[in-house]
Amino acid sequence: MKCGIVVFPGSNCDHDCYHILKHVLQLDTQWIWHKDETLDTFDFIVLPGGFSYGDYLRPGAIARFSPIMKSVIDFANRGGRVLGICNGFQILVESGLLPGVLMDNEGQRFICKNLTLRVDNNNTPFTSQCAPGAVLKIPINHGQGRYFADEETLKQLEGNGQIIFRYCDEEGKTPETANPNGSIDHIAGVANANKNVMGMMPHPERCADPLWPEVDGQTIFNSLIQSSLAHS
Amino acid sequence: MTASIPITPEIVAEHGLSPEEYARIQKLLKRDPNLVELGIFSAMWSEHCSYKSSRPHLKTLPTEGPRVIQGPGENAGVVDIGDGLAVVFKIESHNHPSFIEPHQGAATGVGGIMRDVFTMGARPIALLDSLRFGDPDHEKTRYLLNGVVKGIADYGNCVGVPTVGGDIYFDACYNGNILVNVFCLGLAKADRIFLGNASGIGNALLYVGSKTGRDGIHGASMASAEFDDATEEKRPTVQVGDPFTEKLLLEACLEIMKEDWVVGVQDMGAAGLSSSSFEMAERAGMGLELDLDAVPQREAGMNAYELMLSESQERMLFVVEKGHEDEALAIFKKWDLDVAVIGRVTDDGIYRARENGEEVVTLPIEAVVTGALKCDRPVQKPAYLAEVGTLDLSSKEIPARGGEVLKQLLASPTIASKQFVYEQYDHMVRLNTLVLPGSDAAVLRVPETDKALSLAVDCNPRYGYLDPYIGAQIAVAEACRNVVCSGADPVGVTNCLNFGNPENPEIMWQFQEAVRGLGDLCRFFDIPVVSGNVSLYNETKGEAIYPTPTIAVVGLMEDRSLHCTQGFKQAGHRIGLLGSTLEDLGGSEYQKLFWNELRGQPPVLDPKTERAVQRLCLDLIRQRLIQSAHDCSEGGLAVALAESCFTGPKPLGADLVLNSGMRADALLFGESQSRIVISFSEDALPSIESLAQKAGVPFAALGTAGGSKFQIRIDGNEFINEDILALEDIWENSLSRYGNRVAG
Repeated sequence: MKCGIVVFPGSNCDHDCYHILKHVLQLDTQWIWHKDETLDTFDFIVLPGGFSYGDYLRPGAIARFSPIMKSVIDFANRGGRVLGICNGFQILVESGLLPGVLMDNEGQRFICKNLTLRVDNNNTPFTSQCAPGAVLKIPINHGQGRYFADEETLKQLEGNGQIIFRYCDEEGKTPETANPNGSIDHIAGVANANKNVMGMMPHPERCADPLWPEVDGQTIFNSLIQSSLAHS
Repeated sequence: MTASIPITPEIVAEHGLSPEEYARIQKLLKRDPNLVELGIFSAMWSEHCSYKSSRPHLKTLPTEGPRVIQGPGENAGVVDIGDGLAVVFKIESHNHPSFIEPHQGAATGVGGIMRDVFTMGARPIALLDSLRFGDPDHEKTRYLLNGVVKGIADYGNCVGVPTVGGDIYFDACYNGNILVNVFCLGLAKADRIFLGNASGIGNALLYVGSKTGRDGIHGASMASAEFDDATEEKRPTVQVGDPFTEKLLLEACLEIMKEDWVVGVQDMGAAGLSSSSFEMAERAGMGLELDLDAVPQREAGMNAYELMLSESQERMLFVVEKGHEDEALAIFKKWDLDVAVIGRVTDDGIYRARENGEEVVTLPIEAVVTGALKCDRPVQKPAYLAEVGTLDLSSKEIPARGGEVLKQLLASPTIASKQFVYEQYDHMVRLNTLVLPGSDAAVLRVPETDKALSLAVDCNPRYGYLDPYIGAQIAVAEACRNVVCSGADPVGVTNCLNFGNPENPEIMWQFQEAVRGLGDLCRFFDIPVVSGNVSLYNETKGEAIYPTPTIAVVGLMEDRSLHCTQGFKQAGHRIGLLGSTLEDLGGSEYQKLFWNELRGQPPVLDPKTERAVQRLCLDLIRQRLIQSAHDCSEGGLAVALAESCFTGPKPLGADLVLNSGMRADALLFGESQSRIVISFSEDALPSIESLAQKAGVPFAALGTAGGSKFQIRIDGNEFINEDILALEDIWENSLSRYGNRVAG
């Protein structure tokens, strides 16, 4: 099993993703440099969090023009599994691989804290190891994570089961107080129609090392591993 | 050209140089300097760069120890932590720029201190911020708080270095001069530490990072003068930060530092290209030849004066061995950074810089770096001390009940939870943060070892106002106590000394006393001071800040599984207090809030008692006898107990019984030092009692955690009985309500 982590200038959760995949989950894990134009064969690739190109202009808006992105898009279009975390999600949205936009948080402030997510579709390569409706404890860390899509797109997302995670309280309910950034319908993570590309604002790599009391993030990486095994 | 303008007394004065200093320059050069050279002297001899007022006092600090790899004098201090690893750390002020432009001022403060750390070859893994703002009701305070916090967040979050802790105080003495002290710690291989050294004839001087612009010219001089009504006009002297370039610079520097042909490196901080190049050459006893036309420039038409003095951010100066220039250029270009060879090392001790082929700077390096007139500033004990030194408690009414007092203390922005602030900082990136912000100290694992580091920063300015010697000692004692409460041994200190105008003998006396207190306690505790920074002239229209010697302490624990936090862990756990309570109300938050005064003596600090309490606490943690430890500080025992109730896995009430003949307000809200609130399971009680007795430390069991009420009875009478969740709401949300309130 081989996975890759794309390093953009300004990526800063790349080392954390690498640590989890390589040292905790013992996968063959490789760096992918943004200036590369071709991609090796990978079972899945991760676009990590951070501030690619300083988030200048708009998060992800410049990174989508990196030489590597053409290959990432080809990889995704051929059915390759791509996980975008935080800034990675923003890049996937900017490059058109995922629907919707990510705007400034409702409170206009950056937020870093632990919170809970509900798995709203466990029939994807990213969530197959989660129970339906499971509540995961995973931290967020962003200033621009307020998901928005127009009504028609939302209807499609809902109908196709593309809404993968919603911010929720500890019981899995979605009162207004459990929405940290004003995302529409509490959306924390979405997939494309084929479910081989997913973006999420929360950081599963921050709660996947058994050194910490919380390891819910592991289920997402384990799902990717299991689905890749089934796929190959 | 700038070099040919004749130097008049007016020009000398505009450069902040006294006639005596100018005469010294003429004597050293045996001629008049040109304007470029005068600018260089002005920056290098400013208080900010030369430490001319403070150096004689700083020399008295203990800076050595078996773990010390590098003490003060380099970009940051270095302490050995075993396993071939070292920690590199320093704290630095960015006070003046942050008051003028809070967002950029604070942001570039973070950028500067990170560069000081990665310049030494270390990867920065943690930031702390020690912030001081004016009265919460002052018209500028909310704007400054929000601006500074956003500046720190925007910069630190983007670079990907977690901000894991810090402290914040509010007091009217900072209305015209806020303090932004930023601490950074990095991790390096103990045998791969890089110094700011320009040695080896013919070696190349490499400029790397952002292009040079016209920003921040004379920032060092700005930081060496008081503020007045025209302060707002100084906004253009504040630099603008680019954290994205900093991130690229960080990665590129760590990559190039794997090579053995890197000779030396220094950040272009205050006084930019001048200070970095002069200091590197001076340390090596060498000369330099520079071609200023080769310096990457942001705009056309910049002259030598501007290039030498610009404080544009995110720039570094490397010296690499001759013959390796192309390899060095290739690494920096991979990271899309501007880079150029701008000069060579020579052997004659002379600094020569050319502009358009013409030599515009010809200066003896040692004279510029070490030639500033030493200032033996006069000192005088301040007159105010006689006025404020006494506190007559007999005239003060003792409250019959303590619930309302506790609520008001918990709502005070100085005491209330800082969650509103630290949630804006990425405090988790790099997966090292074992104890998140909100406990006594931040705890970080040391990757690939079983060790952990503990970090705390502290300084109560009111104690320093009442007695700067004791105030500085308490700052060290409390920062150490915080680190000890987390389970670590203090191994190193860095300090940021913030004071008013040193030309005032009373301020200079405060400075002298604080440094003496800092030195005495560090010697007694046997902890070296390995780096530091001095910020003087923190006053506006003659109103100086209270003495604020901010102390950051780094602690080490060999076994990270033995770390401890401040919150009560489960209902039924017993609660106890190590140390004794005296009638210490002078300088307390209670005194300020309810009596609206600041007088008396600061809390008593007995170094032997302090050491005994800290050692006992560490013993109890390491023998796994206690489940929590929390230092008593601002707001006293009642606030410490309440905070331990709020900060466990789930909020817990507490049922507490105190016996004492002391005034109830002193008992619960006084700020006696050397006290730690602990919790433990019932069966550990005999062992704790016996160890406390052996250590000679007073110990009292106070009650039990659990229930929905926070209850304290004194001598059988109910004094506080409040709903714990109501108290928690006040403590947790007061600062956020303050920060989010719309002005008006």
